[in-house]
Amino acid sequence: MGLNLRAKLLLSLTTVLAVLSIVGFMTLNVQSDWGFIVQHRGSRLLGMLLVAITMGLATVVFQTITHNRILTPSLMGFDVLYVLVHSLALLVWGVGQNTGWPVELRFIVEVAVMVSIALVIFRLLFTDSVRGLHVLILLGMVTGLLFRELAELAQRIFDPSEFSIQQGSGIANFNRINVQLLWVGLIGVGLCSALLFRFRHQLDVLILGRDVAINLGIPYTKTITLLMLAICVLVSISTALVGPMLFFGLLVANLAYWITGSHQHRWTLPASVLAGIVCLVGGQLVFEHLLNSGLPLAMIIELCGGVLFIVLLLRGVKQ
Amino acid sequence: MNTTSTRLSTTSWLVGLALLVFALAIVSLNVGASRMNLLHLFTQPDDRITQLLFVSRWPRTLALVLAGASLAVAGLLLQMMARNRLVDPSMMGTADAAALGVLFCAIAAPGMALWLKFGVAALCAAGGTLLFLAVLERIPLRSALIVPLVGLVLAGVIHAGSSLLAYQFELAQALRSWNSGDFSAILRGRYELLWVAAGITVLAMLLADRFTVIGMGKDFATNVGVNYRWLIALGVLLVSMVVASVVVIAGALPFIGLIVPNLIRRITGDHLRHAIPLVALGGAVLMLVADLLARVLIHPYEIPSANILAISGCLVFLVILIRGRKQWA
Amino acid sequence: MIEARGLSKKYQDTLVVEDVSLQIPKGGLTSIIGPNGAGKSTLLSMISRLTPMSVGTVEIDGFDVTRTSGPELARRLSILRQHNESSLRLTVRDLVAFGRFPHSGGRLTTEDQKHIDEAIQYLELEEYQQRHLDELSGGQRQRAYVAMVMCQDTEYVLLDEPLNNIDMRHAVGMMQLLRRAADEKGKTVVVVLHDINFASCYSDHIIAMRRGQLAYQGMPEQIIRNEVLTDLYDIPTSVHELNGQRICTYFR
Repeated sequence: MGLNLRAKLLLSLTTVLAVLSIVGFMTLNVQSDWGFIVQHRGSRLLGMLLVAITMGLATVVFQTITHNRILTPSLMGFDVLYVLVHSLALLVWGVGQNTGWPVELRFIVEVAVMVSIALVIFRLLFTDSVRGLHVLILLGMVTGLLFRELAELAQRIFDPSEFSIQQGSGIANFNRINVQLLWVGLIGVGLCSALLFRFRHQLDVLILGRDVAINLGIPYTKTITLLMLAICVLVSISTALVGPMLFFGLLVANLAYWITGSHQHRWTLPASVLAGIVCLVGGQLVFEHLLNSGLPLAMIIELCGGVLFIVLLLRGVKQ
Repeated sequence: MNTTSTRLSTTSWLVGLALLVFALAIVSLNVGASRMNLLHLFTQPDDRITQLLFVSRWPRTLALVLAGASLAVAGLLLQMMARNRLVDPSMMGTADAAALGVLFCAIAAPGMALWLKFGVAALCAAGGTLLFLAVLERIPLRSALIVPLVGLVLAGVIHAGSSLLAYQFELAQALRSWNSGDFSAILRGRYELLWVAAGITVLAMLLADRFTVIGMGKDFATNVGVNYRWLIALGVLLVSMVVASVVVIAGALPFIGLIVPNLIRRITGDHLRHAIPLVALGGAVLMLVADLLARVLIHPYEIPSANILAISGCLVFLVILIRGRKQWA
Repeated sequence: MIEARGLSKKYQDTLVVEDVSLQIPKGGLTSIIGPNGAGKSTLLSMISRLTPMSVGTVEIDGFDVTRTSGPELARRLSILRQHNESSLRLTVRDLVAFGRFPHSGGRLTTEDQKHIDEAIQYLELEEYQQRHLDELSGGQRQRAYVAMVMCQDTEYVLLDEPLNNIDMRHAVGMMQLLRRAADEKGKTVVVVLHDINFASCYSDHIIAMRRGQLAYQGMPEQIIRNEVLTDLYDIPTSVHELNGQRICTYFR
């Protein structure tokens, strides 16, 4: 059950492109000394790599368990939940004067709180079926929307005269990566990726549907809950690092299916990460150094992902 | 429930809602940044007051009633065409496409006439709606939940496109205002476009039977001799014109088309001939209440009524989902 | 032996299955019959832990299905329901290979390959084995899924209406195959059937359900009788003996 020749070629090509993007990003237009470059570009590169891994893995797994290639975990409002927990945490820490805590530790606590909330919601509302997951996604989306509107309302009520619009705050930005969280993010991503890759065979079985998966001995609810929590952690890391991205995952997951032409997660998971690296690092390289364009890459990628989504839908989605 | 009692309860609801619209309209005329009371009109008539009434308060109240009623009916039509109760023109790309149209106008010809702007917005809105319906047709498993999910994502894509465009032309702030409707800037001479929406509502009422058939699906419609394609095209046009006129005048108003039809259907069932008048009145009530809240919550400042609508809409949507989750799952 | 005690299933306010206790002996072919909405499929999916029961217990050879670990149970009992994912870009062979998952966890051994070949042969799917599922007809796809369940190689094999969507020839083929699995391999086969004549001709044991309750159970000779079937389905029937088979006619 390996890959066919076409898939092997495409996968190698993607790998080469990913490596080239990384090398190019680090070496092109180097003018100052190496120590500075490694520190400055290196940290941004690491940030982008982490985002590529989180979004690729989270989306592929999410699409497998929801049986749908047009959904992305960013829809579920995890990002909004993270921002909410983060703001509440700031409030609590601000009041408690416990500012001595390092940023990393605060982040870990925030993610832990968020995962617990997600777990409670999941336990309460998940009705043990793929349709049940769809209800949950819709709930997540609408709750996300609700929080966003409530935040806006609060802002207007508390500060009506100086209500200012922070332009671009809702969009990811790769030039302002939250460098402080890189290391803790790296550890989190490492753990989650290891977990998901260990589950690759179970994921293959989950594609066949709930009933067949249970028949083949998968503890369905337990497995789905665990996978959703891993997705939740991955999305919050990505949101904390660069900000929310809606369609990027959709783009790379579908690229991965196209590249591998396979359902097997031992191929689609790495392929999605490689495709993500090419899009992010390669895209940044092209925009920053070759085109010298000021357009925000995140917006372009989001639009590409979105257009791909529409094309996919219009061509009829094969499950 | 037998027919006579349905008709009876429909009639009493009709009267009740009409009275409610009237009462709310009176309240709406009396609330605003400057102190004014309808009674002043009789006790101490003065030019300033009549001026205020007829230039600002009256147009605003009328605009609220027209926009609320027509959006609610547009939502009902879209739900019939999509054969799904959980959709709303503001969530499925129609409103975002209309805002994109207004953005095009602002980029290409900033001083464009209102009617032209409306035309472009309506065209774009029709494009967005058609895209949504075309996508729906191609989804293999049309579960009740996938439809709104797909719609929300579709709206997100259109929004991503217009954000990029707006960013490039430094119109991001303007785009935000088209995406979140409020009625604070409504004056005489700047709301009359909404009469188009009112006319469409009446037209929808006349065609109610046909749109009921559409809700039963293509095969059923063809079987009873209704030209499905033409009627869908007409429905798309009507919905798009309503949404475009509201977006051009006030900005997008979310969730009216979702909340009102879902509540009214509990009373009247799915037959549009009974439902449309009630849905129109219900939409007007919701819009008036939302706008009143928007005006009084942080008086003398205002919140966009879209904000209030979105919050209440999300809450209603959540209740529908949580109560119905067992049945969908 | 499959033993169900006091099984009930309640959806909101409707009782779909009401206090069913029964034993299905090891070996042989057992059919579950009954009119629409009798709770046959729900009973089968509670026995196979696909649907959690509201009340009651099910034990498979003494293992409680709700407490035994997934893989442990998956090596003893397999279940195939009516509606399965039909548009997967997955070859027939890949699908059948999934049957080995409970045994090898996704890493196939040569032993597994042997089982896969055997199952494909058993269902006569050799010429389709490299085809994708979404390119097959309904009947072929059904056989591919049955091959997966056979490849799982469990003592108990449960199938929910395996004759749906397949023509006469393949229906007979399917029943003969299940019969052979019971006779040659000593498996315990439990099927939900709509066609009482298939139940009559192929079963060792018949369970009849009505309105969520166990109505009758016994050997085919005891169940395929005028008074029983007329009562069960609420229409006049007449049972004839033809070539040693009990055939029920109810068409006019």
